[in-house]
Amino acid sequence: MTETSKPALSLGPVYFLWDGPKWRDFYFRIADEAPVEHVTLGETVCSKRQHFSEPHIAEVVERLEAAGKRVTLSTLAMVTLERESRHVRDLIRDSAHPVEANDLSALGLVKGKPHSIGPLVNVYNAATARMLAARGADNICLPPELPAGSILQMLAAMPGFSFELFAFGRMPLAISARCAHARSKGLTKDNCQFICGEDPDGLPLRTLDRQSFLVLNGVQTMSNTCAVLVDDLAPLVEAGLSRVRLSPQDCDMVRVAALYRAVLDGEMDGREALAGLAEAYPGVPFSNGFLHQKEGAAWVSRGRNAAVAHG
Amino acid sequence: MELICPAGTPAAFREAVEAGADAVYCGFRDETNARNFPGLNFSREELRQSIGLARAKGVETFVALNTFMRAGDEALWYSAADDAVAIGADALILADFGLMAYVAEKYPAQRLHVSVQASASNADAIRFLVEVFGAKRVVLPRVLTVQDIARLTRQIDCEVEVFAFGGLCVMAEGRCSLSSYATGKSPNMNGVCSPASHVRYRQDGEALVSELGAYTINRFGPGEASGYPTLCKGRFEIGEVEGYAFEDPVSLDVIDQIDALRAAGVSALKIEGRQRGKAYVAEVVSSLRKALAAAPAERAALVARLRTMSEGQRTTAGAYDKRWR
Amino acid sequence: MQTLPPLLAKPVDIAPLWLVERVARTIFAGVLRAHPDLFERLGDYRRSRYCFSPSDLPLHFTVVPERGTLSVSRRGAAPPAADARVEGPLVVLLALLEGRCDADALFFSRDLSVTGDMEAMLALRNALDDSAIDLPRELGALAGPFSPLVAGTARYIRTRALEGRDATWN
Repeated sequence: MTETSKPALSLGPVYFLWDGPKWRDFYFRIADEAPVEHVTLGETVCSKRQHFSEPHIAEVVERLEAAGKRVTLSTLAMVTLERESRHVRDLIRDSAHPVEANDLSALGLVKGKPHSIGPLVNVYNAATARMLAARGADNICLPPELPAGSILQMLAAMPGFSFELFAFGRMPLAISARCAHARSKGLTKDNCQFICGEDPDGLPLRTLDRQSFLVLNGVQTMSNTCAVLVDDLAPLVEAGLSRVRLSPQDCDMVRVAALYRAVLDGEMDGREALAGLAEAYPGVPFSNGFLHQKEGAAWVSRGRNAAVAHG
Repeated sequence: MELICPAGTPAAFREAVEAGADAVYCGFRDETNARNFPGLNFSREELRQSIGLARAKGVETFVALNTFMRAGDEALWYSAADDAVAIGADALILADFGLMAYVAEKYPAQRLHVSVQASASNADAIRFLVEVFGAKRVVLPRVLTVQDIARLTRQIDCEVEVFAFGGLCVMAEGRCSLSSYATGKSPNMNGVCSPASHVRYRQDGEALVSELGAYTINRFGPGEASGYPTLCKGRFEIGEVEGYAFEDPVSLDVIDQIDALRAAGVSALKIEGRQRGKAYVAEVVSSLRKALAAAPAERAALVARLRTMSEGQRTTAGAYDKRWR
Repeated sequence: MQTLPPLLAKPVDIAPLWLVERVARTIFAGVLRAHPDLFERLGDYRRSRYCFSPSDLPLHFTVVPERGTLSVSRRGAAPPAADARVEGPLVVLLALLEGRCDADALFFSRDLSVTGDMEAMLALRNALDDSAIDLPRELGALAGPFSPLVAGTARYIRTRALEGRDATWN
């Protein structure tokens, strides 16, 4: 059996609105304590929020780099206004760091510059991945919706290319021009008073039968469940997966990272890690349904997984 | 401005042509298009006959291949593109970069339209699509105001098509996994939002309850107008308050902004509704055709009747109006 | 909401079930014969059992397209077993059969209610919508020498029944 290299851990951008100091302190702790190699940061969801984190970006990047982390700057998920276009252009032109493209506007601008592709760009097949790689993308974080079958196909079609998997966190499921978060509190997007800052881990939305379902995060809608693929990684790593992404939640992300690292290093069993994650991020149900080609909210335990997906 | 009309069956196609469409768009009966419902859409032979009929009347046919190629099953999409070109589609409506690259390389003379599912919402995105794939037209996502559109068209060298009437995605199109989160069937990969296989209606006393997978989407009181069982138009609870978290059951109607859209440089108006019956297609297409020719003051009356055929029996200007946000 | 005029509903009410069933079966068989394309569009759902319940008649009509079977039962006790059911005024159900009305619009306005297997229901709706069924013509075809008279009368009734509805296709 051939030795497969261990995948790197990567931390995705904070999708929620955290106030400046909370955001800064989060990354300081990541820099000092978390076993992650790559950190992608910067406001991704809503351009109106940018001024919260911007004053702290320089010091955060410096601290992360001093700790040996490789920093990538995220672009906006949806660009409709001139101001937003300008921001993306400026970021790509001036950045000393690689950028992560999260919408089509960035895709056109990043050609010839070091960049990666974020999970909010629709990469469903190797033909698309090859086309993006040919334009200079050096890493693609695949959309959370992809089933394992698609991921394995792409890994097989592009050996040696760096694919990343969204493996922890509430999943970004949709984005809208309308801000449902502001709307739920009687406000509009244009006069939102940054009300989404009140819900640093998302605003829960339940069905009429009081069933937990989604959370609102400004203009973004996310899963109520937390994607947890820690116990599903082995076959993907064996097939050549390069990076594993953790998406920040308002919980002990250092512990989350340590648990994933331990599993990837073969030092901890997946089940043990699941128990640890349930402590680190209590009260939130886990899901891995998308990977198993089921409803995204579903949880498939490893016993069934072996029978269903790899039997 | 051209009027681009939907057809889910050859019968609806004929209605659209008769009612005054400039172009009709349709798809094959499989996962290659985003209206992959049972009993809907076209066989190769039906498309050939429909294109023949359209051509005789000077009407164009656009073929929507606007889902994302499932890794490993790309052949389904490639062969659909090959066949649509061979049969004589006037344009292919595409969303997947891999498929766009295939068509642009293999059929450089084929007109390539960018589907709304590709979510090209700004000038840089559209320039990218024009430069890389030679896109001739882009269908704009329903996230822009009329002012945004006017600013956009000035910056690009590409025709712009916008939705004018019919179903309204509340989320940016092609970037929504809500339905697959609840059902496991992906609009992007399987071509169906709120798949019928997972929809259930039940009568709960006087109320009509709609469910998608394991989730309750809505509860309509007696006589209350209903809508599709889509998550973005469902009723939910946030805090202790029940209501429409994203949008009410409602359809898009921007007929009263036709002049502003024309002035904004829009080339074509699109009617949503390949899943609707031929009666709907006939009624909507003929009403919009009349409205386009009518004086502004007369338009509202011409399309007022259409409201009763709409989701929730109501319409909205959606994101075209800044206040909608 | 249009409902059947009492003059029409009454005879159905008191007619023996076997007679209603025989007439309905004859029409159903005629439609299936004239529109083989229905089956192709229905796909696997040709094997589904559909139940139509006109809200203004005390009857259920249950059909399985592939077998060409149709049975009529009286309302009351338990409704007949079916994969998918649709309920609405008879004129609306007949207009749907002919594709004269848009089913979604009738659903939004609550004139129509559907339960059961929605894939089967959609397949049937779409298959019917594409089939260009013309009931007066089909009825006429069954009436032999009285064909023009039957078709003409049926057309007249249909026009009156659909007045005010969105039934404007060409």
